Amino acid sequence: MNKKALLLLGCPEVPVQTSIALYLANRLLYAGIEVFVAGTEAALDLLKVSDVEEHYVAEAKMIYLDDCIESLAEKRQDFDLCFVFVHNDVGVSYLATVHEISNARLFAIIFGSGADSLTEMIDFKCELLDAKTVHKPLLLRKKIDDKIKEVKRWAVPN
Amino acid sequence: MGCTELMDYEVVLSDISFKHGREYIKANFEEVYEVKPGYKLFDIYLIGLPPILVGVTGDHIIFTYMKPCRGTFVLKIKGGEEIERLRSV
Repeated sequence: MNKKALLLLGCPEVPVQTSIALYLANRLLYAGIEVFVAGTEAALDLLKVSDVEEHYVAEAKMIYLDDCIESLAEKRQDFDLCFVFVHNDVGVSYLATVHEISNARLFAIIFGSGADSLTEMIDFKCELLDAKTVHKPLLLRKKIDDKIKEVKRWAVPN
Repeated sequence: MGCTELMDYEVVLSDISFKHGREYIKANFEEVYEVKPGYKLFDIYLIGLPPILVGVTGDHIIFTYMKPCRGTFVLKIKGGEEIERLRSV
């Protein structure tokens, strides 16, 4: 059975979020991992428009953020890996919440102009992929590439 | 605001950080409870850094509420049975 990853998106006001989400989804798919994405209506619509033929994320695997939190909190659903996109205080709160309600291996993708101060707020166990960037995705892409080398080893089905 | 839109709520604070909301509740209410992220209050699963504080004043509940594109708020809502459930946590 394939392992499952959740990408939990924040408000799509920072441009790198959508491109990094699609890139990460692609890398995970190539590593043999099933990809789900949770987000606001706007964040999911950006993905749907950018990936109209559903090469990276199937629309059936997109989940509204509130529904995702509810299913995790009620233990109706969980994932092997969870990548939470964080570019503000609210993102850190969602990260902390997922840490509490999910057993997934947790990654924080931290970006935006306030990335440094956001990183300092995280005092619980998760892996950080951070870059102080708003528009330029290449540094985050590099960090994802490095991490994916590890992910491929985990992707071996149980 | 999701389910809260259906409820009769008062926005006590808006455009704040989560930490500011927590400090406000701690400083302004005598009856305060700590709950974990994901605690279900009404039909809302609370989001935040632990511990999340929920205050009770009279027959109302005070808590932080957040949405990704709208920020963090402190809301005041009539508590009903939720107050007794909080007291028993």
